[in-house]
Amino acid sequence: MIKKYSTKEKSEARLFYIYISPWILGFIIFTLYPIVYSMILVFTNADNTGIGTFIGLDNFIKAFTEDALFVKSLLNTIFYVAIQVPLSIILSILIAIALNKKNIKGIQLFRAAVYVPFVTAGVAVTLLWGWIFNSQFGLINYALSLFGIEGPNWLSDEKWAMPAIIIMMLWSIGNSIIITLAGLQDIPKQLYESTEIDGANGIQKIIYITIPLLTPTIFFNLVMGIINGFQIFTQPYVLTEGGPNHATYTIMMHIYNHAFKYGEMGYASTLAWILFSIIMILTLIINQTSKRWVHYDN
Amino acid sequence: MLGRVEAQKQINSSNNRSIDLVKSIFGYIVLTIIALIFIFPFLWMVATSLKLPTEVYTIPPKLLPETITFENFIEGWQYADFTRYTWNTIVVTTLAVLGTVISSSFVAYGFARFKSRYSTLLFTIVLGTMMLPDQVLLIPTYILFSKIGWLDTLKPLIIPSYFGGGAFNIFLLRQFFKTIPKELDEAAYIDGANSFQIYYKILLPQIKPALTTIAVLSIAYHWNDFLNPLIYLNSEENFTLAIGLKFFENSYGSTQIQMLMAVSLIAVIPLIILFIIAQKYFVEGITMSGLKG
Repeated sequence: MIKKYSTKEKSEARLFYIYISPWILGFIIFTLYPIVYSMILVFTNADNTGIGTFIGLDNFIKAFTEDALFVKSLLNTIFYVAIQVPLSIILSILIAIALNKKNIKGIQLFRAAVYVPFVTAGVAVTLLWGWIFNSQFGLINYALSLFGIEGPNWLSDEKWAMPAIIIMMLWSIGNSIIITLAGLQDIPKQLYESTEIDGANGIQKIIYITIPLLTPTIFFNLVMGIINGFQIFTQPYVLTEGGPNHATYTIMMHIYNHAFKYGEMGYASTLAWILFSIIMILTLIINQTSKRWVHYDN
Repeated sequence: MLGRVEAQKQINSSNNRSIDLVKSIFGYIVLTIIALIFIFPFLWMVATSLKLPTEVYTIPPKLLPETITFENFIEGWQYADFTRYTWNTIVVTTLAVLGTVISSSFVAYGFARFKSRYSTLLFTIVLGTMMLPDQVLLIPTYILFSKIGWLDTLKPLIIPSYFGGGAFNIFLLRQFFKTIPKELDEAAYIDGANSFQIYYKILLPQIKPALTTIAVLSIAYHWNDFLNPLIYLNSEENFTLAIGLKFFENSYGSTQIQMLMAVSLIAVIPLIILFIIAQKYFVEGITMSGLKG
């Protein structure tokens, strides 16, 4: 027997397509077409008109053998992610634990305070940090001088420029703090109570209950941290323009320069795919290992 | 067994009360320090913006200005065409956020309430696009906009929002629509409402917290966005605040820090006010969206 679609099902399908039509159009114009186009660009020397000749794998070879600046930007970005992401996760957990108190009046206010730097993250706040890091008149070096430490020339010192950006980015981790806080609130209270009877102290409770039960949140923050971290652009561009001596020059800045300054769309697309592959591979590795360290109930 | 525990509790209770007090005072101190770290840079921004130039470059830094002046706001505002930049930013943010909210809720409604042979497949594709790399899409999208003559206009920053409003937002709103019982739709249908009226009058009001979350995050995104305006806008009359501030810093940033802080403060204040207003819905919505993502 052939199943015939009833008129009701037909009209339901019609409504379905009407409502999702904006997405279908958007998917074709702003996703499918660019992805396919980008895959073609990779094998060409296209300029900013998007037209070029086929040059095989030359772009890939150039990236890894001739383009020392690309390798430099890659290493800088890896350094940034390797330091910033773990620190942001640890700080998020510690701050979320401090914020996870129900019986304190005005706790909402403290939570909001932590979130504000995330909402405002952009050029204005980055410029503010440029002033804070000012080696002569800035707040940080003044604070250090109170302890008898002579602060570095943060943004004009090759060694300290990237750490300065990391410090600044650690200040705007409000989102991951709030997500961690939600993770904490999902941990059943009875678990803490039962370990208390067993005589566990505060630190033991954190190590044996909080951290294991927080692993799904840590996993989420880790993956998001890596995805966002590898694409860092605005802050180094505004604060140091990649300097001094390319010390804060990131992959995204390299892609930006080749695409929009030099008009090398083919080469820049290749760099973009390399960046995507790195993010993808890391995410897959983390996902694979997650079975071993991420604790899911049921 | 239970009796012993109870007795122990009673013995400890007076002891516990003073321990609790110490604990909560300690808790307040820790929280205050944390909050100060996150808020202090803003206070420094405010202080700098209210200072006379002679009080800005001092060792040690003066935390509070001796004479408060609003000159920096007035003068800084005139050094570049900040009125124009602000207007452009408001236009982009308003229209893009409107597009995001309308379009994502519309599409999410379709996915939540109607079926076709391919609805599961299409929804899987929506989820798949969440993982797609923005950096890869950037260049071909730029070429596309350049071909249709949209470079150096605000359109590339606005129009894409109207085509689905982002996979993540569709996903989130669909989840929220699904929590509303379908009987509500059916009752309205029997009363003669059509599918659009059900969406607009019955379901949208039910998911206000989720819509607020999406709207606030989207406002912050478009207001702060730097990369896209940097790529698409060339002439000063089209600049948004993000680009305008960088432009201003390049010209006067090292010598007129008090003005730079004043104009930066003006750029940040709307977001802070918005966040304070929306806060109630917001932290809830974030935690939900964060974990479900």
